[in-house]
Amino acid sequence: MSEARKVLIDPLVDNNPVTLQMLGICSALAVTTSLLPALLMCVALTSVAALAGAAISALRHRIPNNIRIIVHMTIIASLVILVDQLLKAYAFETSKQLSVFVGLIITNCIVLGRAEAFAMKNGVVMSFIDGLGNGLGYSIILIAVAVLRELFGAGTLLGYPVFELTSDGGWYVANGLMLLPPSAFFIIGLLIWGIRVWRKQQVEKPDYQIHEVHRTEVY
Amino acid sequence: MSDKKEFDRDSISNTLIVAVGLSLVCSIIVSSASIVLKPIQKQNEELFRQQIILDVAGLMEPGGDIDTLFASIDTRTVELASGTYTDDADMEASVEIPGQLDLAGISQRAENVDVYLVMDNGRVVQVILPVYGKGLWSTMLGYLAVAPDGNTIKGLRFYAHGETPGLGDQMDKESWRAQVAGKKIYGEGDEPVIRVIKGLVQEGTAGNEHMFDGMAGATLTGNGITGLVQYWTGSHGFGPYLTNFREGKTE
Repeated sequence: MSEARKVLIDPLVDNNPVTLQMLGICSALAVTTSLLPALLMCVALTSVAALAGAAISALRHRIPNNIRIIVHMTIIASLVILVDQLLKAYAFETSKQLSVFVGLIITNCIVLGRAEAFAMKNGVVMSFIDGLGNGLGYSIILIAVAVLRELFGAGTLLGYPVFELTSDGGWYVANGLMLLPPSAFFIIGLLIWGIRVWRKQQVEKPDYQIHEVHRTEVY
Repeated sequence: MSDKKEFDRDSISNTLIVAVGLSLVCSIIVSSASIVLKPIQKQNEELFRQQIILDVAGLMEPGGDIDTLFASIDTRTVELASGTYTDDADMEASVEIPGQLDLAGISQRAENVDVYLVMDNGRVVQVILPVYGKGLWSTMLGYLAVAPDGNTIKGLRFYAHGETPGLGDQMDKESWRAQVAGKKIYGEGDEPVIRVIKGLVQEGTAGNEHMFDGMAGATLTGNGITGLVQYWTGSHGFGPYLTNFREGKTE
């Protein structure tokens, strides 16, 4: 059980797909202008990652090597269509805001990366937990970014006013930059910085270091 | 995998079995989900269409009940050729659109079309016309709200289209939707002159009351909007009806 626990907990901070592996940044920028679509995206991606992991793991002894990526894509794409159809039926308004990004889960590196790196080599239950963990790791970052962007960009959370805007006679001047994609870059950058101050082992060695050489040493 | 030595998963037969089998299973799952969920999605789309009608009429309130709000709207059927209301119309009948008139790129249209009259104290304050036509990728379906003068646009909104996200869907943005209000469809003549221009409409430009803002990166979608608005307000579309409507001859 402890191994399952590690597989689930590890991607939350120590091996986070967004802040350590730098995957899934595209959708993290696009759907985080407000919290509700971000939450829905988290549910969508987590369920696809977990179910795709389980399905691919169940078939791993039969999947031929030469078509394995196509097989992964077919399974992931079917799950994504399924999720997209469900959203259109039960969360129509928000699914309109998510527009293409649910469809783009198919090409999300986190899902395909876990399928290739983990599900092809591990059991069904473990692969499910791994997908769940990585989906949750993605979700933590997405929710953090979305909370900051909606709160400071629009003064609301889930649409409910938190800071009263000056346009409604309150005190808070909304920061329009927070609603534009670049702000998600800044926030994710700051999050990565924060996590690496906290977890020193995530700091990478520089690829190249200039050594101070005294002139006489050259000869 | 070592315990399965005797099984060659890279053989041509296994590759074919996996490829065909997986495609079959996945397609069955996807298509049955689509069939099961279709009625609920249809209902959502219908509600969304009504919401767009209310929205283009300026009647939509946040959290308002669509059915109640929709009750203040009078639905009538218009026979397009004569521009008059008709009661027992054949909604299935359609006519070919002659090539040179087909600005919207739809090649045929219904003979009779439902329009929505927004009433205020028994008086019609605006009429909402269904409009559609080809954009860059898709058929764009929307509603055009027109004031009782049969000339001033009150709103234009699309409820379904497949234009490029982020570029072609700018007509769904608040700012674009706001600038269409107050624009005039017709100039001196009988044919519509309203169009989407390149760039933003500048104050003080001659004829700027007949121009919609252009959308950067979506010129072809803009051309599609020009075409569909001109077709549907033109002589082959709602032109005769709008003339009657303006002169109070619709009843």
